[in-house]
This record gives sequence, C-alpha cells and structure tokens, in this order.
Amino acid sequence: MSSYLLRRVLYGLLVLAGVNVLTFALFFFVNSPDDMARAQLGAKRVTPEAVEKWKQQRGYDKPLFLNEKMSGIERVTETVFYTKSVRLFAFDFGASDQGRNIGYDISTRMWPSLAVQLPAFVIGLLVYITFALLLALFRASAFDVGGVVFCVLLMSISSLFYIIGGQYVFGKLWSLAPISGYDGGFEALKFLVLPVLIGVASGIGGSTRWYRSIFIEEISKDYVRTARAKGIGELRVLFRHVLQNAMIPILTGVVVVIPLLFMGALITESFFGIPGLGSYTIDAINQQDFAIVRAMVFLGSVLYVIGLILTDISYTLVDPRVRFS
Amino acid sequence: MKLLRAAKVLPVVLLAAVIAGCDGSPWNNPYPESEARANTLYSSFSEQPKHLDPVQAYASNEYTFIANIYQPPLQYHYLKRPYELIPFGAETLPKPVYLDAAGRVLPDSAPAERVAFSEYVIRIKKGQRYQPHPAFARDASGKPRYHALSEAEIRGIDTLADFRETGTRELEAGDYVHQIKRLAHPRLHSPILQLMGSYIVGLKALADELAALAKGLPEHGFIDLEQHSLSGVKVIDRHTYSVRVKGRYPQFQYWLAMPFFAPVPPEADRFYGQAGLARKNITLDWYPVGTGPYMLTVNNPNRQMVLERNPNYGGETYPAEGEPADAARGLLRDAGKALPLIDRVVFSLEKEQIPYWNKFLQGYYDASGIGSDTFDQAVQFSGGEVTLTEDMEKRGIRLQTSLATSVFYLGFNMLDPLVGDAGGERARKLRLAVSIAVDQEEFISIFRNGRGVPSHGPIPPGIFGHREADAEGINRYVYDWRDGAPQRKGIDHAKKLLAEAGYPGGRDARSGKPLLLHLDTTSSGADSKARLDWYIAQFAKLGIQLVIRATDFNRLQDKLRRGTAQLYFLGWNADYPDAENFLFLFNGPQARAKTQGENASNYSNPEYDRLFERAKHMANGPERQALIDQMVALLRHDAPWVWSFFPKDYSLHHGWLHNRKPNQMANNGLKYQRLDAVQREQLRREWNPPVLWPIAAALAAVLLLVWPAQRAWRRREQRSALDGARR
Amino acid sequence: MPPLPFRIEVLWSDGLVWLLVIAVVAYAVYARRHPHLRAPWSRVARSASAMAAATVLCCFVLVGLLDSLHYRPLLPPQGGKPVYATEVRSVLDLVLTPLRAQREKTYSAPFATELYAKETIKRADGVETREFPRLRHGGKHLESPADSAADIALRAFRGVVAALLAWFAFALLLSAALARQQGGGIEAAWRSLWSGLTPLPWRAVLATLGVLAVIAGPVVALAPYYHVLGTDKVGQDVLYQSLKSIRTGLVIGTLATLVTLPFALVLGVMAGYFKGWVDDVIQYVYTTLSSIPGVLLIAAAVLMMQVYIENHADLFPSTEIRADVRLLALCVILGLTSWTGLCRLLRGEALKLRELEYIQAARAFGVSHWRIMMRHITPNLMHIVMIALVMDFSGLVLAEAVLSYVGVGVDPSMISFGTMINSARLEMAREPMVWWSLASAFFFMLLLVLAANLFADAVRDAFDPRVAMAGGRA
Repeated sequence: MSSYLLRRVLYGLLVLAGVNVLTFALFFFVNSPDDMARAQLGAKRVTPEAVEKWKQQRGYDKPLFLNEKMSGIERVTETVFYTKSVRLFAFDFGASDQGRNIGYDISTRMWPSLAVQLPAFVIGLLVYITFALLLALFRASAFDVGGVVFCVLLMSISSLFYIIGGQYVFGKLWSLAPISGYDGGFEALKFLVLPVLIGVASGIGGSTRWYRSIFIEEISKDYVRTARAKGIGELRVLFRHVLQNAMIPILTGVVVVIPLLFMGALITESFFGIPGLGSYTIDAINQQDFAIVRAMVFLGSVLYVIGLILTDISYTLVDPRVRFS
Repeated sequence: MKLLRAAKVLPVVLLAAVIAGCDGSPWNNPYPESEARANTLYSSFSEQPKHLDPVQAYASNEYTFIANIYQPPLQYHYLKRPYELIPFGAETLPKPVYLDAAGRVLPDSAPAERVAFSEYVIRIKKGQRYQPHPAFARDASGKPRYHALSEAEIRGIDTLADFRETGTRELEAGDYVHQIKRLAHPRLHSPILQLMGSYIVGLKALADELAALAKGLPEHGFIDLEQHSLSGVKVIDRHTYSVRVKGRYPQFQYWLAMPFFAPVPPEADRFYGQAGLARKNITLDWYPVGTGPYMLTVNNPNRQMVLERNPNYGGETYPAEGEPADAARGLLRDAGKALPLIDRVVFSLEKEQIPYWNKFLQGYYDASGIGSDTFDQAVQFSGGEVTLTEDMEKRGIRLQTSLATSVFYLGFNMLDPLVGDAGGERARKLRLAVSIAVDQEEFISIFRNGRGVPSHGPIPPGIFGHREADAEGINRYVYDWRDGAPQRKGIDHAKKLLAEAGYPGGRDARSGKPLLLHLDTTSSGADSKARLDWYIAQFAKLGIQLVIRATDFNRLQDKLRRGTAQLYFLGWNADYPDAENFLFLFNGPQARAKTQGENASNYSNPEYDRLFERAKHMANGPERQALIDQMVALLRHDAPWVWSFFPKDYSLHHGWLHNRKPNQMANNGLKYQRLDAVQREQLRREWNPPVLWPIAAALAAVLLLVWPAQRAWRRREQRSALDGARR
Repeated sequence: MPPLPFRIEVLWSDGLVWLLVIAVVAYAVYARRHPHLRAPWSRVARSASAMAAATVLCCFVLVGLLDSLHYRPLLPPQGGKPVYATEVRSVLDLVLTPLRAQREKTYSAPFATELYAKETIKRADGVETREFPRLRHGGKHLESPADSAADIALRAFRGVVAALLAWFAFALLLSAALARQQGGGIEAAWRSLWSGLTPLPWRAVLATLGVLAVIAGPVVALAPYYHVLGTDKVGQDVLYQSLKSIRTGLVIGTLATLVTLPFALVLGVMAGYFKGWVDDVIQYVYTTLSSIPGVLLIAAAVLMMQVYIENHADLFPSTEIRADVRLLALCVILGLTSWTGLCRLLRGEALKLRELEYIQAARAFGVSHWRIMMRHITPNLMHIVMIALVMDFSGLVLAEAVLSYVGVGVDPSMISFGTMINSARLEMAREPMVWWSLASAFFFMLLLVLAANLFADAVRDAFDPRVAMAGGRA
C-alpha cells in the first residue's frame, strides 16, 4: 500500500514538472517581460528606464534558461525559469507582478472560497443523491420521465443565467439576502446563502441525471434482482446494496473534485464579490498578472494530483476488496 | 423514509435559523447590524489600488484613498470655481522667487530667458501631528519600539493592527524634504521622477547616486535617504523648507497639491524597511502613514478598505465661501465646523456593475458614480447609464454632473502613410472627412447617456485657454454655426472632402478599391461590441471600410510606441488644471514613437512647437490666450485627432448625504461631507422589506411533491407485498 | 462577360463546416448500408423526443449553414476592373437584409414604434420637449403609433394562417409519401400518421413543426416592419443577433470536438493497443494536460493567439476574417482541453478489445499493428466517438458564454450567445430595465442546448449497449 502510494506521489511530481515546463513556455511566449512591466507601470509617463528598472527588480532581466555569465550552480539558478518556475515546487510563489506576496494572498483567500464551495458541495451532494434515488425508486414512471426532462431543461441553462437571475430575484426583488459582499466570522453566513443556493441549483440538472444513471445501472444488475427476489424491501435494496455498490463510480467522480474546492468558483466569486481564489484568478487574467496565473495553474495542478491520490485511497476505504500491490 | 423526513424538516429549521437572526431589520443588509446608525459613509472600489505609496500612486482609484490620508503642502478649494489652490500642509501659498544663473534675485517681471531658477520657500503649519502608528511607538527609554524587530516578533504579525503600541509626533519640514528625496529612490519607480528630475535642482544627480548605491546592495537592502542630500531642496528650520526648480515653472505649484509632495516621515521608511514585513505585505505601499484627516485602519484590498478619522488631525474648518449659488444649495450650512464631519468611511470591493447599482438603490451605498479610474487604462464606459427617473427622484436621490478635466479622442497616427503626414493634403482632407462623419453627438447620447460635451479642440472647459463653442469658438472645419448653435456639417460635405482626397464614394479613384482604415482599440467591457459596431457604421456612412483590431491594452500601447497604429481611441486626464497639460499632447519633441512621450499621434508641426515653447510657462492672460488660440487653430486645420468629447462625470447620492460638490481636481472631498445616519437607517428599512411568500411557497411546493410521492410509494409497497404473499 | 455580382469567400470555419456536412452525408450513406450502424440509428429515429429534438436542431443547422456561405458583394462599377467589397457577408445576411439594415439609434422594446428612452427634441416652433422619438424603421409605415396593436395583430394573424397552410400542405405531402411507401390510401396514411401508428414518430415531427410554424409565421410576417425582439444599445435588431449567434454556437459545439478528434483517437487507440511505455507516455501527457485548470489554459492560449494575430495583421485583411480565425483558434483550444476525457475512454475500450480472440488471432497471423488498429479496433470504438461528439456539443456551447464573460471567448466583433449575454447583463441594471437582449439569448440558447441534449440522450441510449439494456430492463 505505502509503496504504491509513494509511486503515485512520485508520478504526481512528474506530472507537476510537466505542467511547470508547459506553463512556463506558454506564458513567456504570450507576454515578454517588457509587456508585463508596461502593464504594471500604467500608461502615463512610462519611460524605457522605468521598464528596465522594473524588470531588474522583479528578476525578469535574467536569461530564461541558462545564465552564461554565472558559474557553477548559479548558471541554472540565476535564470527566470529557476526563480519563477522551479521554486513553485517549494510553494514559494514569489511576488505578483504588482509586488504583493502571492503565497500570503493565497493563504488568506482560500478560506472564503472554501466557505462557499464546501457547503455548496456537501448540500449539493445530498440534494443530488436524494433526487437521483427518488428518480431511481420511481424509475420508468411518469415521475421519473418528468424528472429527467426537468433535469435536461435545467442543465441546458447557462450558469451565467443562474447567477444573474438568482441575484435579481433573491437580492433585488425579494430582498432576502445581500446581493454581494463578504465578511469574516459568523457575519459571512448571510453572504453565503445566495451563492451556495445558486451553486447547488445550477448543478441539479446535470448531477442528478448522472447519479440517476449510475443507480439505474446498478439496479439492473443481477445481485439486486436476487436480493429483491428474496423479498428484501425496495428501500432496503436501494440503500443497502445499490447505494453502497454505486460508491465506486461516485467516488471516482467526486473525490477528485474535493481538493479543487479550494480554487473557488471563478464566476460566482466575482459576481458576489467574494474575496476568494476564483476572483483572484479572474482578476489576474484581466490584469494580465502572469505571476499569479502561473501560481494558480500550479496550485490547481497540485490539488488535482492530490485529488487523484485521494481517489485511490478512498477506493480501499469503501471497498475492502480493492487492494493495491 | 428517514431521508424524506429530513428533507421535510430541513427548510423549516433553516427558516427558523434565519428568522432568529433578525429583528425586523432588512435581511439583505451587507453590513453588521451594529453599524446601522453609525456616522459611517459607505462607498466602493472596483479594482484594488496598485499603490498607496505617495511617490508611486498616480491613478485616481489610488488617490481616492491617499488624498484623504496624506497632506501635501497645497490643496484645491472645495467649492470655488475656477479651481483655486489654497494651503493645506503649508501655512500660506508659496510665491516663487526668481533667481538668475548667479543666484541673484530677479524682479517678478524678469523675462523668462534670464530666470535660471525659481525658489519656493514653504512654511508649514505648526502643531500638525501624524496618525497613531507603530513606526512612532517608543519604549520607556525613548527608543523606537519596533524599528528592530526580531524574526519571532514578526512571526506573530499579520496586519498592521497586530502591533499593540503606537505613537505620533509633530509634522516637520524635514518630512516633506524626505518625500522629495524618495522620488529618486531606485526601488520606488516614481512615475514623475523623469519629469521632476528635469526641474528640481539636484534630483537627477541624487537618483543616479542612489541607483549606483543600490547596485551594490542585496535585493532588499535598506537605503538610508537621510545619509544623502538633495542640493535643490533644503530644510530651513523645523517648519520651513525650500525647493529650487530650474527656470520659470509656474505649473510647479499644481504639483505641490499632489500626494507626490506630501510628507513621509523617515521613521516610516525605517519601520517598513525591515526585511520580514514585506513578506506579510506590510509595506508603506499598503499601509500609509499620514497627517491628513483620515487614516487607513482596515486594508484588505480583496474585500474592504476602511478610512477612520485621524484622532490627531485638527485645525481645519469647513469653508465659509464658495460659488455664488452654493449658499442656496445648502453647501455653506456647515461653514466653520471642524473637519472631518464623517467618522468612518467603508469602501467595499464591488467588481460587477449590477450588484453595485442595486445596492446603491437599496441604500447600502451612499453615493454612486463612475470615477475616471479606468481612464486611459482601458477607456471603457460601462456602468448603469441612468437619467433620474421619477421613481428615483421620489426616493430622494440626487444627480450631480460636472465636466471632467479630461478629453477623449480618436487619434490618427501621423506616421501612417495613408492618413498621416506622408499623405499630405489628401490625407488631411481624409482626416477631416472622418472627423465630420463620426457623429460625436450620437456617441455621447448612446454610450454616455448624454454625459459629455462634443469637443472642438483639446482644452476642456474650466481650464484657461478653453473657448466656448459659440459663433467664434467652434471648429469651422467640422461644424457650421446655424440658428445660434453649432451644427455638425452634413455627410455630403464629408463625402465631397473624401472625393477631393481621391476616394470618391470611399473608393480609390484610380484602382476602384474600397478604402480600408484600421482602428486599434481595447475591447474590454460589456459595451465594447456595441461600440465597435457603432464605429463601423460611422465610417460606412462615407463608404469607408473600418477594420477593427480589438486588442488588449498592452498590445495597443505597444503599437502606439512603435508608431504602427493607424487610428486609435484614447483619453487624457489632466494632472493639473493648466492648458499646457493638454497642449503638450501635440508637441513634436514628445512624440510617442520617437521619445516615448505622450504625443501618441506623433503630430509634428514646427510652427506649433515654436508656439508651444512660448506659451507653456507663460502666466495666464490675454497674451497666452492669443497663443493658445493660434495653436488650436493649427490643430483644427491639421486634424490629427477626431475631436471627440469632454466627458461629464455624473454622481448620484442619496438625500441623507450632504455637502457633495463634484471637484475634478481635488480627491480629498471626503472630509467635507456629512450624513444623516438616522434617516438612512429608516429609509433602508422602508426600501428593503423581505418578501417572505416565496419561502412559504417553496415549502408548500416541497410538501405537495412529497405527498403524492409518498402515496405512490405506499401503493407500490403494498403491491409488492401482495406479490410476495401470493408467491 | 459581365462580372459576377459576388465573389465567394470561403472562411476557414466555413470550409470545416462544409467538410463536416460532407462527412455527415457520407456517414449516413455508409450507415444505411451497414446493419450494425443502421440498427442503433433506427432506434434513435423511433424515439419521439429525439425526432422532435432533431427537427428543432435541423432548423438551427439550416440557419447555421446559410450563415456559413460567405461572399463579397460587387461594388458599383467605377470603370476599370470590377471591384468587390472587403466586407464579407453570408447568405443569411442576404436573407435577413431588412433586419440587418434597419438600424435604430439605440434601445427599443419588442414591437415598439418609439425609442425606449425619452430624448430632448426641438419641435418646429423651437420649443424643446422631452419625448419618445419615433423609430427610423420599426412601425414606420404606420400613420400614428397608436395603430400599432391592431396592425401587429392583423399581420401576425396573416402570418399564422400562411404558416399553418404551409404546414398543412407539408402534412398532406407526407401522408402521400407514406401512402406510397405502405401501399394504402392517403386517407389511411393520414389517420395512421395522426394516431401515431407509423413506424417513425412522424406525429412528433409534425407537432414540433406545427409549433415552430405558429411561432415563425408571425415573426416572418412582422420582422420587416417591426423589431420583433427589440433592438440593442446601438439599435441593431436583436432577432438578427440571435440568429447570427446560432452559427457561432454550432461551430464551437461541433468543430471543437472534431478538430481534436484525431489526437484522441490515435493516442487513445495506441495507448490501449500497445500498452507498455507507449501507454505510459500517453497517459502522462493527458494526465498532465487535464491537471491544468481548463479556464487558465484557455486564457493563456487565447492571449497567445491574440499576440499572433496582432503580429501578423496583414494575413487578416478584414474584421470577419480576424474574428473567424480567432473562433477557430478557440475551437482548437477548447478541444485541446477536452480531448483527454475521450482519450481515456478510448484507451480503456482498446485495452479490452486487444484481448479479444480474433484480434489475438490476427496478431498471431502476423497482421501489422497498423492494420489491426485501423481495421479491427478503431471501427469498434466509433460508437464511443459518436456519443462523445453529441454529448460534448451542449457543454461547449455553454462554455463559450462563460469564456466570453471572462474575456477570453470569441472576438468581440463576432456575434455569439456569449457576447450577447456579456453586453446584455449590464442592461439589467438600467432603469427601466432592458430585458429583451438577455431574454432572447436565454431562449435561443436554451432551445439549442435543450434540443441537443435530448438528441444526445437518444443517441447515447441507442449506441451504448449497457445503457440500452439497463433502460430496457428497468
């Protein structure tokens, strides 16, 4: 088990190395350090000297991969690639192009993201599975058909409309929750109601349908029919057998997502003014702050890799039959 | 079954929880209940400010904060128009003394050529004190408490508020001098270093000296400015200092009203210079130290910034005089009261326009308006364009408009072979034809909801040198004077000009090929698609095909720098209310492609440059007006810009907010405003009653769904039981 | 010989779209001849919801195809050689000329005869008043705006009648065709058609067509005289924009998967077939790619594309061509971020297939790897590809809207659902609210995605043996 995990972790590191090289190539091809300097220095009265100074201060004046002027190890370490990319592995994100410490910003901004994402995730999971079980219970009835059509209808609506509509109806028409904003501590609760609600609602269609199809597939298996033939009640069959056996496909889809909850929801956060990592990323894209975008890409990949490893672990927990050599 | 029951109970529990937390106050109040009646102003910011260090800050969204925190020597009078400088940190307005090359005093009337230096002696007010700040904290022995922090001490610090002890001290002339030296700091990149380096004696030398020093230091090594002197700037005594600038430079007094020249205590540099603090984002760039009416107490640019009254501020009172109409508008009612009038100002981050606007309507923002913060950064006009409807007037919302000291324009690149100088008279006629065809009046009405004035030249109203668009003042190349109003020339005239330029019907007379023009513009914002469509339609009126090259701001700047754009859309926001700050946009030696100057059109006309040199440092008067008129006439003839419009800023505020008067130059208007928190609380309750029936309806719907489901279930259960029994 | 009144212009995306059309036709012919493909497709055709959805989709595709035939009109002769405009138009633009050309000044509500906001107007007597100005085009033919309701009702009624007549004629023709096929009389065919006894659910198709006709008839009758869905900020007809958005949606929905299909197919099959180090490398590549957050990868790539377009401005002489290249680039990028899922599925299936006896036998006989993969493995994976194609479609259409919001979507000059929503969302904050742009984008998008989803469901049920069985038994 532990040697298997070790192998997975090493593989994860390899993946991260690939991500690192790829993003570095992508970002330095998109925008030269000169572009970055000019974007950050503003438009008024910018001189070439100021650009040079900026680059020097941020360490963008170094050569990209190999520093010919240095000797020994510094030939490699005194480069943009090493200082801006390799050091990400130590979670040293450095300073944003604006000068703020990225690591600090990430550590403060991930909590609001989590405060929205985690409840939305948990409530969502409960709601979706409940609905899906209901549909599976009444499968092939008018209730089921109607439910599936309703799900398809819901998943055909763009997520933008959920947000715009939700804000308009709940915040403006009915004055039930603040339209946007955030606060620390318990005060945060009233700001979370709306984004969580919208987050759950926008997922109902797709997720319910997905879980339903998993349950239906499970129900049609032989052991379920055997259990039913033995006279075990439908509900017991559903909860004891179907739900448990459906855990593997559910976990495969769900566990990977859990670490990514930290990354926040891009659009929800900027619409609701939640100071999380999602809005951080959007801002970075809009301001072309590539230091932040690079850091977020790396962070996202790390969380994904963690999610993959967690998925492996969760299999063994759910199903003792699964063993890893 | 358990699940079903839980689903039934859950909403009830939730509802109970929500109701328990409320006491009849609005549910959608985004602020803590306890603040409901506090003397607090609620405002917003849409983008986190990049710099709050007064040597670096230059954008108006940064000035929103620091202009209320720092105290430059001068400020603009809040009420009087035209804009008038009055003392702020200084005791009186400084009057320059002119000196010749040998340092002898010259009379004020001395010709400009003989004036080698102007010396400004500035006496500051006594007894002004800094905001409480840990940089001034001292221990029992009188030594600075926090200037040598250990690693362990820094570990326990997250924000500035974590420093338990604070201190203060009196403002001294040396602090002003220290800040001028900071302009030359090699790591601070002041945007005006280059400009000021050419005026303030010794600044450039200091900058070179410090840059050389910085090269030898480690990355964050401390540079002690007190060890270096600046030859042109001297402390005369505790409350007096002098600044010597080269030649005659009357615009210098305007710079003295900007935060670039505000005092910064050397203690602040020492305090923030400690290596570990920058890692926590505790820098002077984020936590200002000022003597002004407010201090920044909460600085979370991801969510909220809070300005609080500086307890050590005093001595300033509400002005007793203003414009003639101000008394009738109630703007003088608070005359003589000590400033500031509002205790706390909460700025919340609000990036999306819709929530922002709705919260304003719900009473959670006291005022709403578009500043010029995205100006020249992205030039976008997004936002809820509104005229006051009856409904809003009933709510007591007031609208204020003011002409911004800025100008928007559609520029031609004069280096372009087709539309620029190389095209000669043909190109000029083409430019004029385009100038006529692009209907600014329509643009203003569609995209700015009337918030703008068509421009006839580069100088906006309210600035000396501007000519009203009357029978004499209009731009005769684009407008006619008809029925007592300027009238845009007909499209036929433009077509005629285009034909004379060699493009009858928008097609090259010789090859028959359609004329193609390229517009480079940024394409951010929800409006951009509509705006681009509109431009295409304007050029289509002449039969010209306009190709839009929508790009990001960097690319646009890059193209302008290389001089490869053809048409581009930009704006300019005045640094100070002087014609020179607009006319220099056409100065040949400041061409963008050649010298990275601000002349983005690369316009170059020797006659114009000669006039500019004469007029730029001249005192306002008939002689200067005559020169300016000549220059504007040249510009209108050559048409390097499509004169677009002078934007009008609008601002809406609720009836409980008083003493608001738009002031384009001053950013420190917060201290004059007053609000009625009781009335606000009352109206907020009135406007935001929660609508509860949807919750009841939702509950009912769930029950309605559960009931038949349960029945259907029971039937099924029974049937399968029967089946089982039968078997 | 007089010069042609137009010159055909094939944009990159047009070429690919028509290539796709040809491929679909070829596939249809092929599938007809092969029972293993014919069976699932006839299962699809027997589903009423799928046929109804397909009818709606066909209408969308028709609009999209008309919008994919581009040309440049001839400019009025000026002596010398004939010259064509640089502006590129599509056949759809030509059909919709009244909608495209009738621009108002700014916002007007659906069916309005006046602008949405008051303006200061100087009357003949020199007095300035604030009133709603009449529209330049909408309701221009009316004497007074008060008559508009009656006029609209009359025209709409005529439109409905005409549409119903056409629909009725179609139904008759259909029964005649059925009658010929089945050998009975028209009347019998007509009855079996309406009682739902035909093998194919023609009743659902006819019902859908009927609903569409009742909606489209009055719209067609009214559109030249009124702005049926209002106008936007610069006075452009919203109906026109909604119709133009369809092509963008269709192109993104189909081409994005199609462009990267070869990667997914080749890599997936290779990984599954060869196993060993090839599998390791390919798995590594797609794990790495899929670990990067999609939006960020897209953002970076789109910005890169912009730089390229900027630096090679001469290659793209007109706004349309620039927008088109950017659209295509977006498709490629979207495809690149989504191919990994398909690749993983294909690999899994290929792993199973290679162990089958006949493939083992083929290998024992020394058939080349290449041939085995081409002849034996790939054809057996096509149902997965087919399912992925139809399932991805709706997701991609929705993704475009979100990306345009983030600012890395299609070119801002291109009409798409994303740009429509993006510019319309601020209108919600206006007083009084401007709702029609957002509502139109919402309904057109909903209809397209809903139809695609329903159709995709049927295709999946028909092709996926597991689901087909499960559905049958449940």
